[in-house]
Amino acid sequence: MTDRLPGFSTLAVHAGAQPDPTTGARATPIYQTTSFVFNDADHAASLFGLQAFGNIYTRIGNPTNAVLEERVAALEGGTAALAVASGHAAQLVVLQQLMRPGDEVLAARKLYGGSINQFTHAFKAFGWNVAWADPDDAGSFERAVTPHTKAIFIESIANPAGSITDIEAIAAIARNAGVPLIVDNTLASPYLIKPIDHGADIVVHSATKFLGGHGNSLGGIIVDAGTFDWAKDNKYPMLSEPRPEYHGIRIQETFGNFAFAIACRVLGLRDLGPALSPFNAFMILTGIETLPLRMQKHCDNAKAVAEFLSTHPAVSAVNYAGLPGDRYNNLQRKYAPKGAGAVFTFSLKGGYDAGVNLVSNLKLFSHLANVGDTRSLVIHPASTTHSQLDDAAKVKSGAAPDVVRLSIGIEDKEDLIEDLDQALRA
Amino acid sequence: MNHDAYDDNYIRSILNGVKSIAMVGASPVNVRPSYFAFKYLAQRGYDMIPVNPGHVGKALMGKPFVASLADIGRPIDMIDIFRNSSHIMPVVEEALKLSPPPKVIWMQLGARDDAAAEKAEAAGLKVVMNRCPKIEYGRLSSEISWMGVNSRTLSSKRAPVPTQGMRLSLNRTSFGGGQTAASDRAAKNKTEST
Repeated sequence: MTDRLPGFSTLAVHAGAQPDPTTGARATPIYQTTSFVFNDADHAASLFGLQAFGNIYTRIGNPTNAVLEERVAALEGGTAALAVASGHAAQLVVLQQLMRPGDEVLAARKLYGGSINQFTHAFKAFGWNVAWADPDDAGSFERAVTPHTKAIFIESIANPAGSITDIEAIAAIARNAGVPLIVDNTLASPYLIKPIDHGADIVVHSATKFLGGHGNSLGGIIVDAGTFDWAKDNKYPMLSEPRPEYHGIRIQETFGNFAFAIACRVLGLRDLGPALSPFNAFMILTGIETLPLRMQKHCDNAKAVAEFLSTHPAVSAVNYAGLPGDRYNNLQRKYAPKGAGAVFTFSLKGGYDAGVNLVSNLKLFSHLANVGDTRSLVIHPASTTHSQLDDAAKVKSGAAPDVVRLSIGIEDKEDLIEDLDQALRA
Repeated sequence: MNHDAYDDNYIRSILNGVKSIAMVGASPVNVRPSYFAFKYLAQRGYDMIPVNPGHVGKALMGKPFVASLADIGRPIDMIDIFRNSSHIMPVVEEALKLSPPPKVIWMQLGARDDAAAEKAEAAGLKVVMNRCPKIEYGRLSSEISWMGVNSRTLSSKRAPVPTQGMRLSLNRTSFGGGQTAASDRAAKNKTEST
């Protein structure tokens, strides 16, 4: 027994997993089952009443998924986590615990385009409103807070340009407003940034990206920091009020500092249904074991590629926070000193047409709509991920028509540079 | 004694050491947290005694309610107090009058009375505040990991399959003293602001 905190790489391999009690299997087994047998009627009733720890049905919890949940909670420094089917599902489940019709989420304008769509259109149909603020100007969040604001939502490293958000400044505004700060940590992963250390109350991930890391499995994660007092001011009745679904249990009173993760599981996942397949949980867990190794390689490669592009005659600008002189370089050195991530954008002197040509001439980079794969990826956001935004919103979110986004993989950097060079010359 | 955050070894020594637990404020209503904790601790092999003057004549999991600690009539290792912070002191004072006195005073999640804790510690008792023994037992045994909770422990050993009434090993390796820094800081700030 030791009081020393194990290192990140040790947690990435071990947290949440121990040899299977029944078989001794050392790798985490894939519990590919819908349901779990009860010991007896009393055991069943205890589980349904949230009185006992255990498994009922994979839409609510699954032993493979539980290992993934505990592992990400440990890596992020949270009290508990919940795995769901995708990053989008994570956002839906989180906000369902916080929002009622007429409430408002205050979100950073620079978000993954799919999140902007989800917030603007799908959530609006629930009566959840969104207000936007500029992540480069923390004061814009302060000015946008209203009595209806129930949460603030930002990305730690923001899509698509890899800009770094001043998490601590926005966390202070959330604290003053009495609302939780939700940080999407997908592009940083806890290897680069641990938002909870900077004041985040809830962390969400698309585990599809760097956590899984191999571009083979969708998944989402919600991490509860255990920092927010949900009972204060009675603003969050899902957590503070007796829940009729569970015979009047109050979630915060019963579950203390992991109440939010439990609410997401027993009120969100149970009733909305976006459960993660245990097979996907296994794939993502396997990916996480090498997260520290991969993430460092992603960052080192990305920096080399960004440096190459910044001196290339066909390139007008490179937005990579790891480059000295980049407007986010100071924030990067504060929040993500190990590296600026692997997703960034650059602009071509030849504009839109040059972007289209580049994408079609690349031989190693794959043209697709994902990031955080072992493979290097390229996309033209204006015509794809951000295509549903109008032109002004495209520019504001960093996806102007001449911009190309790269997600740098873990190949040899010389090969990536050579591929970009030949494609830019072609 | 720092009551803002506890070393896992401290909690572990208490849960490994005590056999009998009197729960003050135990409720027979099966949606109350005290009912959950009572039932779980009984199933994990602790000798549980429900204390609640409002329910004398009834039983909880087959254990008859008693009106007060003095009515238990035999030595008790630990008093688990399921009362608001403002009702803690009289229970601690009553506990200290027992002969022999209990070894541990445990105040439930949300309950904290530093003066009562000081009094009990001065008499040689161990004190835990604002924690749930069910959650701590589940965490140290990693049984709570089924719920996606960060147990803050690691083990490369094969665990036995848990069955009803079985005591689980709590002797896994804790990391960082078992603290979740951000959550502990938030709890401390809340205590200081109230």
